[in-house]
Amino acid sequence: MAESTHETCEGLLGSLSDYIDGDLGAELCRQIEKHIAECEDCRIVVDTTRKTVDLVHASNDPQTGLPDDVRDRLYKRLNLDDYLKPSAK
Amino acid sequence: MVESIIQDISIESLRNGDRAEFAQLVDAYSAPIYRLGLRMLGNEQDAEDVLQNTFLSALTHLPAFEGRSSVLTWLYRIAVNEALMILRRGKPEVNIDDTDLSDDNDQISPTQFVDWGALPEDELLSSEGKQALDTAIQNLPENLRMVFLLRDIQDLSIKDTADTLNLTEANVKVRLLRARLLLREQLSYYYGERMMKEKSNG
Ligand SMILES: [Zn+2]
Repeated sequence: MAESTHETCEGLLGSLSDYIDGDLGAELCRQIEKHIAECEDCRIVVDTTRKTVDLVHASNDPQTGLPDDVRDRLYKRLNLDDYLKPSAK
Repeated sequence: MVESIIQDISIESLRNGDRAEFAQLVDAYSAPIYRLGLRMLGNEQDAEDVLQNTFLSALTHLPAFEGRSSVLTWLYRIAVNEALMILRRGKPEVNIDDTDLSDDNDQISPTQFVDWGALPEDELLSSEGKQALDTAIQNLPENLRMVFLLRDIQDLSIKDTADTLNLTEANVKVRLLRARLLLREQLSYYYGERMMKEKSNG
């Protein structure tokens, strides 16, 4: 029965990614929350897995641009030198 | 964020060989491609090779690009293939195909139950903590790491990750879960030790 899937620790693990990513329906979320309220090991696994994903996002700075020399060589290799500087012609 | 730039780039112009348009494409996507290369290969020289080869290949294959996937997904797919070629130079057994993951029910069972999630943020994100995370990511098996990088680092959807790697979405989900659980185990060892030390230091 689908309703009972998250009563086991193993069953919960299978939905862990979806749960963390917010891709799980309300009823399934409720089942997981009920389980981890009573199962300390799973509560820790859920919390620390979520934290792991958070840390990955936090340590990954999307603003990190391309180093200038790497960019220069790329544009040269692609014969795009004249587009290298955004200055108007 | 990156995806929004896509609106301004005309696939039609790209296909017709418009160099200004191509320069715009390079400008928009070179940084994420380079970062992906760095994460996949772990060194700057190889990442730069991936970056250059990706756009050279894109230039060659643009006329055949049908626009069924987004340009970014298409570029990522080229970059992943370029990176795999470099990886295989060193270890020919690198394989990210579907076939090596037949036992989908074989979960990675958690063994570490240290409750480190409540540690303060500045301790979790210390430079040493970031280093531990980087090492743990680098140590993921290749077939899990590619999925993890595209989904959790490059922020692609499950579907785009599947398209990029030619995997099924179900397979991507299985690998993503394994990768996350493996990282969690590694970080649990690391932060568990730190919590022990702090306790013993009073
Ligand atoms: Zn449990």
